[in-house]
Amino acid sequence: MSALIEIRGLTKVYERGAQRIEVLHGIDLDIPEGDFVALMGPSGSGKTTLLNLIGGLDTLTDGSLKIDGERIDALSGAALAAWRANTVGFIFQSYNLMPVLNAQRNVELPLLLADMSARERATRAQVALELVGLSDRASHKPNELSGGQQQRVAIARALVSDPRILICDEPTGDLDRKTADEILRMLQSLNRDHGKTIVMVTHDPKAAEYARRTVHLDKGTLVDEAVH
Amino acid sequence: MKYLPLVLGALFRKKWRTFLALLSLMLAFLLLGLGQAVNSLVEGGAEFLGVDRLITQARTSFTQPLPLRLLPRIEAVPGVKRVGWSQFFGGVYQDPRNFFPQFAVDPTRLYDTYPEWILDPDAKRDFVATRNGAIAGRLLAEKYGWKVGDTIPLNSIIWQKRDGGNAWEWKLVGIFDGRDEAWQKRTTIMYLNFAHFDESRVPGAAGLAGVFVVRLSDPQAVDEVAARIDAQFENSPDETKTQSEQEFQIGFLRQIGDIAFIINAILGAAFFSILILTGFIMNQSVRERVPEFGVLKCLGFTDRTVLGLVLGEALALCLLGALLGIALAFAVTALLPADYPARIDGRVLVIAAISAVTLAVVVGLPPAWRAMHLKIVDALAGR
Ligand SMILES: Nc1ncnc2c1ncn2[C@@H]1O[C@H](COP(=O)(O)OP(=O)(O)OP(=O)(O)O)[C@@H](O)[C@H]1O
Ligand SMILES: [Mg+2]
Repeated sequence: MSALIEIRGLTKVYERGAQRIEVLHGIDLDIPEGDFVALMGPSGSGKTTLLNLIGGLDTLTDGSLKIDGERIDALSGAALAAWRANTVGFIFQSYNLMPVLNAQRNVELPLLLADMSARERATRAQVALELVGLSDRASHKPNELSGGQQQRVAIARALVSDPRILICDEPTGDLDRKTADEILRMLQSLNRDHGKTIVMVTHDPKAAEYARRTVHLDKGTLVDEAVH
Repeated sequence: MKYLPLVLGALFRKKWRTFLALLSLMLAFLLLGLGQAVNSLVEGGAEFLGVDRLITQARTSFTQPLPLRLLPRIEAVPGVKRVGWSQFFGGVYQDPRNFFPQFAVDPTRLYDTYPEWILDPDAKRDFVATRNGAIAGRLLAEKYGWKVGDTIPLNSIIWQKRDGGNAWEWKLVGIFDGRDEAWQKRTTIMYLNFAHFDESRVPGAAGLAGVFVVRLSDPQAVDEVAARIDAQFENSPDETKTQSEQEFQIGFLRQIGDIAFIINAILGAAFFSILILTGFIMNQSVRERVPEFGVLKCLGFTDRTVLGLVLGEALALCLLGALLGIALAFAVTALLPADYPARIDGRVLVIAAISAVTLAVVVGLPPAWRAMHLKIVDALAGR
């Protein structure tokens, strides 16, 4: 059976003026459906870059990226945007909620792109908020929520359109141990109970333990792999 | 519509800033509305035209009436064939919007000085004989459906009656037409019998003739006769300025033109500063939200949707400002005295809407373009 995410010879070069910075050097990686991968490595090793490529946020320089058998690196513009909206949920270190919208409306954001009635959007957002245990905070603005709560709203937003893949860049980087563990348990349950495929960048070995396996990146190359 | 919370939320993110933008937009559109009202006032001008006629007005301004006692001395000037006079009545018919020129005149002198008007002999006689008689131009009579014998009430914004009121009643005794097509087009005015006007107005004003209309025996002698008339009253309390009818009208139009120019200059300046200010505010607001646009794109919003969102913000801002300003202009003009003939009409709504949309596009397009072309990874990193 082929992997859900199939990366072959992936190379990424940033060009700044005349300068060429090769950040990723021919990465090969398979991530099967239902996997939970922790991506670790020193700062500047290219973790965010790799994650952004998998999420269809950036274009690769060389190699190929197949997701569910589809060449994502061949998509662009509106087609790529539609693919992202349907397939991937994003969770960031700094939550990245819209400050002017309350929790409910933040979670509804991805649904605006779908052909859906206002009532259905609201119902779905409520279900997602309930899943992350925040239905009582639906009308709160991000600045009225704690960091952990904001991250849970962000998870609800990532889940609301029911994507197969969750992409998390240091999701617990700004949180204390206890809150971080709550968030990680939530991700683990999304993986185990809801079958979401998760790729998570982290610096925290304890966080990595929640994943099924850890992949190490150093200077743009995969160095080793450990299954938990 | 579903993007409305996003657009409005973004708009009111920095409340003082949006308030400032709205306030200045509102003032600009208030000016636009009031300018429109003044224009409507200016449009109701008088029309005079003729090659062999002079108009003698007070030297200071044509709005300053000359006394009737100057008449014999003007009549005595060589080259003068016939002299009439004309006092602007400034009446409003029923509704302040019904504003058309009326002049109080001596009937027989009118016939002699304005042979361009055609009026049947019976009506001519009636106008002379009826002290509160009036004659109306054909187009005017048709517009209001007047018939000979009707009583026409006019509220004068200038002249008070002896009893202190300004409600005058005139009996329509005739309907005149123009001699040719050009003069037929001008039959939108009304003449009132000066005799009744003069004896009924407050005593202090009696004997004021307005301007004198001088018909020449020789059309070639315009400049000489004009100079002779003005020489008569030099260094007297009633110094005059005599011009050909065309010059008089040009002067009148020029004055209107000046007002229109000033209004347009003010509007132009106001809109230019609004353009700069709103443009600056929109730019600033988009710059602050670069990571947010990155997130939207990340969630699957297309570049075009992002462009639309920013343009929508600019449009919402400008339309809201326009709405407030025009509403205020309507409120201000509604507070004017009922007989003040400046009014805003529906036309201003169209002008305001077009201005607001144009403003929004000019102001919103540069930042919208910028937001549209943001690369996701750079935007997320705040680059
Ligand atoms: N847009 C860009 N232009 C040029 N260079 C870039 C760009 N983005 C990233 N880089 C470079 O690519 C390298 C990898 O960056 P990346 O953000 O992927 O690292 P990371 O492993 O996520 O690090 P961290 O743990 O600090 O987040 C770094 O040297 C960085 O400077
Ligand atoms: Mg990183």
